Amino acid sequence: MTDLADLSIADAGRGLRAGEFTAQDLLEATWRRAAVTEAHLHAYLVLDRDGARRAAVRADEELAAGTDRGPLHGIPLALKDNLSTRGIETTCASQILAGYTPPYDATAVGRLRDAGAVIVGKTNLDEFAMGSSTENSAYGPTRNPWDTDRVPGGSSGGSAAVVAAGSAFAALGSDTGGSIRQPAALTGLVGVKPTYGLVSRYGLVAFASSLDQIGPLARSVPDAVDVLTAIAGWDRHDATSYPGDVPDMGRSLDAGVQGVRIGVVSELMGEGIAPEVLSATVATVERLAAAGAEIVDVSMPSTEYALSAYYLIAPAECSSNLARFDGVRYGLRVDGGTVEEMMARTRAEGFGPEVIRRILLGTYALSAGYYDAFYGQAQKVRTLVRRDFAAAYEQVDVLVSPTSPTTAFRIGERSDDPIAMYYSDVCTIPSNLAGDPAISVPVALDGAGLPIGFQVMAPQLGEEMMFRVAAEVERSAGFSFRAPLATSEVTEP
Amino acid sequence: MSVIPEGWEAVIGIETHVELQTRSKMFCGCRVDFGDDPNTAVCPVCLALPGALPVANEAAIDGIVRIGTALDCTINERSLFYRKNYFYPDLPKNYQISQYTYPVCEHGRIVVDVDGEPTVIGITRVHMEEDTGKSLHMGEGGRIQDADHTLLDFNRAGVPLVEIVTEPDIRTPDQARAYGAELQRIVRTLGVSDARLEEGSMRFDANISVRRTGTSELGTRTEIKNVNSLRSMQRAIAFEIERQIEVLATGGTVIQETRHWNETTGRTTAMRSKEESEDYRYFQEPDLLPLFIDEQWRDRVKASMPELPAQLRARLVAAGADERTAGLLADSPLLAGLFDAAVRAGAEAKTVASWLTGEVVAYARRVGTTVDELSLTAEHLVELAAMVAEGELSATAAKQVLAGVLAGEGGPRQVAETMDLLQISDSGAIEAVVADVLGEHPDALEKIRSGDSKPIGFLVGQVMRATGGKADPKMVQEIIRRSAGR
Ligand SMILES: [Zn+2]
Repeated sequence: MTDLADLSIADAGRGLRAGEFTAQDLLEATWRRAAVTEAHLHAYLVLDRDGARRAAVRADEELAAGTDRGPLHGIPLALKDNLSTRGIETTCASQILAGYTPPYDATAVGRLRDAGAVIVGKTNLDEFAMGSSTENSAYGPTRNPWDTDRVPGGSSGGSAAVVAAGSAFAALGSDTGGSIRQPAALTGLVGVKPTYGLVSRYGLVAFASSLDQIGPLARSVPDAVDVLTAIAGWDRHDATSYPGDVPDMGRSLDAGVQGVRIGVVSELMGEGIAPEVLSATVATVERLAAAGAEIVDVSMPSTEYALSAYYLIAPAECSSNLARFDGVRYGLRVDGGTVEEMMARTRAEGFGPEVIRRILLGTYALSAGYYDAFYGQAQKVRTLVRRDFAAAYEQVDVLVSPTSPTTAFRIGERSDDPIAMYYSDVCTIPSNLAGDPAISVPVALDGAGLPIGFQVMAPQLGEEMMFRVAAEVERSAGFSFRAPLATSEVTEP
Repeated sequence: MSVIPEGWEAVIGIETHVELQTRSKMFCGCRVDFGDDPNTAVCPVCLALPGALPVANEAAIDGIVRIGTALDCTINERSLFYRKNYFYPDLPKNYQISQYTYPVCEHGRIVVDVDGEPTVIGITRVHMEEDTGKSLHMGEGGRIQDADHTLLDFNRAGVPLVEIVTEPDIRTPDQARAYGAELQRIVRTLGVSDARLEEGSMRFDANISVRRTGTSELGTRTEIKNVNSLRSMQRAIAFEIERQIEVLATGGTVIQETRHWNETTGRTTAMRSKEESEDYRYFQEPDLLPLFIDEQWRDRVKASMPELPAQLRARLVAAGADERTAGLLADSPLLAGLFDAAVRAGAEAKTVASWLTGEVVAYARRVGTTVDELSLTAEHLVELAAMVAEGELSATAAKQVLAGVLAGEGGPRQVAETMDLLQISDSGAIEAVVADVLGEHPDALEKIRSGDSKPIGFLVGQVMRATGGKADPKMVQEIIRRSAGR
């Protein structure tokens, strides 16, 4: 019999409503799984046992009374620890926020609660979401459930690991340059970065405000649609949130791709992409063609500069966003002789090396005399990227590429080489710069048995088409492997 | 005030911060209330908790559009918010949301009048930003350098703040003061702020440099902070001009720096040198969208503009007040309103203006209240003016009556009756008294008849005495002349 922890959200929901099991059973199964896998993965930073229990009990009561809050009602979900949770410590995997407990819920978190979801806990990340491996956590790295010697990707590596291991049915992550899609690719999950503004950022601890988006990591495209639908929509607390009606994103999951025009981004299909990743991508495109899609090669020359532009814009915004962590009002305070000294010491001791590197980079990029050459220039590249995308979407409905240039790499492999690490996001960054939605769908395993992700990009608010194509990718790939660690059987760490 | 010595010229620009009295703060829903206990009007946004985001307050935007319109500015259809980055404990985010390129308003002007000479002062820009919290430095001196600890109150953090920047068009301390006063009047007339300098809801910083007359190059400037009244701004600028001239005249150089005005010593002292000045690393605020103020919005504001102080003064002058009186009246919306209503109801403008700026202001000062607190109405003024015009009250008696009205003793007629000040204007009654007096002084009557008008004054005095001073002296004189056949 299937372990409850491995059910899809849809199957769990059916079972709940059929009375086969309860929300408390689902939560117990999740905890049992976590008890086994956490010793290997270190993916959760906090398990909110009391809160989760209360939510599960309430879900059971409500469902029994006929109050149905929809597909997430009673479903155990996890949250990346850069999402503010009322009453639950939120550290962003940084020493500087050790002990900080927000007095409010992020809008996306509140919406999950309103949808009846059971919040299991908070997951590990690269400190302040800066990284592509979840090694930059002040509380230690998270490991990949497919191979615990390897990274789960990042920065939403904790969320990826718990969903892949079955210690949550789905999770929220945040994606600034690929931080949802890349870990999804490296752990065999579906990961979505929605259109900028579709999900309110209120309560998401900001890394780079003009790029950050909250989105789901899930075990299937339909599961991802359910989670995204619950959190999407205008929020009066976020001036950049999309004010219109949210499109019905799951409407065309079964529509197939007959006649859909799919552009393959030539610049992301060559140098720097691992051969096995490349061949899996080509094979996926061929299956889409076989399903009736019209395949077009599309050139996006600006992608060559996108990475450099990103590594100026994101640090610049981060240098300002992270200025508030100064020891004055909350979090860590390291005393000093003067206020300035206290602030400087707090920041020097509270931030990890990658965060400090990016703050310095960003401060420099915004400095008088350098602004035009760096930040100003990067903004111009951003405009070019947007223009490239806009031009491409005149010819095609979606664009496709690999999600990550490689499969999961070994822990420590890129730690000393920030540039190699930054290159992990080469395929995902353009969508963030453009503000467009993109999704990663698992399509194959490489020779080492590690998952390979396939990226589908769409124009702004093109989620319905994006999910339609993603669903076909998922069906045609027949990817049904489970992470070897996704088991409730006790094993020695 | 000190006079700038011959051969020198000062170049002065003023930056003014005005706190808008909106109901909620600039970027969150917290109330704007300075009477609150410390740190009670705060929320995740204005405390800069992780993850909190700003949302612009439309009422504050409306306030700045009103100020910009009153200052004859161009209101930009699209303007942008920027982050001004610097670390300071009372700045919760360690950046201030402000504006940089594309402020809400640009290219305005204000005309000030010093000793009857109008001067146009250009307004470079008017932009929107947010206030900081308040630091209370505990320990010696009250300044951060010597404090042993500092208390922070974030109630003020995020209060809408409008910054108004002039061109360097100001030349004298008097002009600077006149500019400050006029700006304060405008802001108050608009009702967007109480603009109190003592309480910091209006704050001035002045940039000052000096140069030899006839040169066009700008000298090195200093910035003066901490002026808490119009008078101290005037004094501080005068001191700084004198100081800079002294430095240059003795072969020294002026250092570009920020200087602190000390009200007690009457001097400015260096705070920090601009050479080590901060680089604010301005960049466009990614958490806010560009601000769009369309024509409809601009027109709506224009249509709802109240009468501005300059317009009011011009109208008061046209109604018969002299420039000085018009200025005094325009300073108080209440006095101006009373004047307006009284004149419109037919009262004589000069008389009413002189009462308002004379007796009324003096009375308020004497009893230690403000004119706004007085219970004087336009009806009172109209009635009083009519009584004078009708000859029922002498000018002197009218002032006595006004004092009674101000003291709350009743309406003018009631007060005049109680004080027994009404003049006898019934000619029959006066004629009877005149006849009696003439009968008593036949020699005086004879002299008048023969062309000597000297005794008339004496006879008028006798009649006045007989009536207890209540007869209209003009009428008495007329009746005497008539009786003498002259
Ligand atoms: Zn607030």
